[in-house]
Amino acid sequence: MPLRHYKRWTVALLLVVILAGIIVDSASRPAYEWAAYRKYLFDGRVLKASIVTLELTLLSMFFAIIIGVALGVMRRADNPIFRYFSWLFIWIFRGTPVYVQLVFWGLFSTIYKKVFIGIPWIQIGDFQFGFHVSMSQTASLFWIAVLGLTLNEAAYMAEIVRGGLLAVDSGQEEAAKSIGMSNWQTMRHIVIPQAMRVIIPPTGNEVISMLKTTSLVTAVPLVTDLYARTSDISNETYNPIPLLLVACTWYLAFTSVLMVAQYFLEKRFGRGFNRSAVISA
Amino acid sequence: MSTLMVDAQEINKSYGSHKVLKGVNISVNSGEVACIIGPSGSGKSTFLRCINHLEKIDGGRIFVDGKIIGYRESHGKLYELRESEADIQRRDIGMVFQRFNLFPHMTALENVISGLIHVKKVDKKEAEAQGKELLERVGLAAKNSHYPSQLSGGQQQRVAIARALAMKPKLMLFDEPTSALDPELVGDVLQVMKDLAASGMTMIVVTHEMGFAREVGNSLFFMDEGVVVESGTPAAVLGNPQQIRTQEFLSKVL
Repeated sequence: MPLRHYKRWTVALLLVVILAGIIVDSASRPAYEWAAYRKYLFDGRVLKASIVTLELTLLSMFFAIIIGVALGVMRRADNPIFRYFSWLFIWIFRGTPVYVQLVFWGLFSTIYKKVFIGIPWIQIGDFQFGFHVSMSQTASLFWIAVLGLTLNEAAYMAEIVRGGLLAVDSGQEEAAKSIGMSNWQTMRHIVIPQAMRVIIPPTGNEVISMLKTTSLVTAVPLVTDLYARTSDISNETYNPIPLLLVACTWYLAFTSVLMVAQYFLEKRFGRGFNRSAVISA
Repeated sequence: MSTLMVDAQEINKSYGSHKVLKGVNISVNSGEVACIIGPSGSGKSTFLRCINHLEKIDGGRIFVDGKIIGYRESHGKLYELRESEADIQRRDIGMVFQRFNLFPHMTALENVISGLIHVKKVDKKEAEAQGKELLERVGLAAKNSHYPSQLSGGQQQRVAIARALAMKPKLMLFDEPTSALDPELVGDVLQVMKDLAASGMTMIVVTHEMGFAREVGNSLFFMDEGVVVESGTPAAVLGNPQQIRTQEFLSKVL
């Protein structure tokens, strides 16, 4: 009897052979300097830097999701000013490269040396309604990086949230209103939980994408993140390749953890949409 | 003498330049069932949605239990209520939709008690007890923890009726409740509605089920092109229609 799916098996076998070849070759190739790789993988500076990368990712995503939800809801508000503002924000921050934005925010304190917080133009004698903040004092490079990443990401999140809200049938809102729910209750209990099902998969993508985008924060210039730190070390030791591999290993480890988290979130918000998950009464 | 539950006077409504309702007058006594029939596009569903202010009206006024819906009258002029005030009015008016509109991310029981928990802020245990009772009343005691996607259309519609009843409404509006159902599932839903009518609920039912209208309805309104063409007892309108448009419509559907 001939083997079923023989084409499939041929291709699979070919892939396994190629992969095995790469692994065997890499293991013995001197340029990879596996000894150095093992030495630096759990190096204190590398571990610290990967924490910074993780912090940048989670903080930026956290704020970006909040701002993104606000912008996404504003895009469909009755008030046209809200709609235009949201559109303008997305237009600017999605339309320019994140690297350029990070450079800009890094220069912010040079452009605006002092920022006045309060009511402008009104002055009684020497008294002003507000206070001046000197930018050079307040600017922490870490938080500038978070700000830059957040604003850029918020524009993408806004579009994702908008898509999620559009995916919820308008009959859902009517049904919620018909039992006396307010606009806010309708959003909170009916529309957003259903929109989440659509919002979560692309948001998971965004988190993973953000983790890697943090490697651009040298533009600020912030140099304590994983990529900048490993490349600093390699500049001292003249062995960039093993340190690149160290950085990749940590990026991969984090994205793997995030993928698992995404799986559980999708399961949680997919409730009621999966016919096979019959719960016996 | 019975009291008026719904009194709609000269309701006008347009979408842009298209007039959907052109002076509709419909009144329903407390505890009675009014059925509205008519061809599609006649404005009957729109009228129903005006009663709980899901749609705004451009003229006339609707009284439910003596109160104007959606507006406040002051010195002979009408002012639209704030959203939050309209939300409170809707609590007393249940609505059942053609496409059920159950919340797909909630179980049958969670659907039924969603209004009790989020709007009336009833304690969860108490709400669940009430919800289970209602599901039993519509014949779905065994389906508490099923999601809508695991229920048939007829079962979904009965859950939707229970969800509306949970708010203890004074008035129930049905917007073609059996039109989206497979023929063999229609009977169960109509039976629940008959029981509800027998319990004394005031109901307005937009329907194509002439048998139901004849059997359960106290009054019948035939609408066409945004006006009530003919009204009376179901036996009179269905058995001996006076208007040519009514006769033509009935000859097509009966």
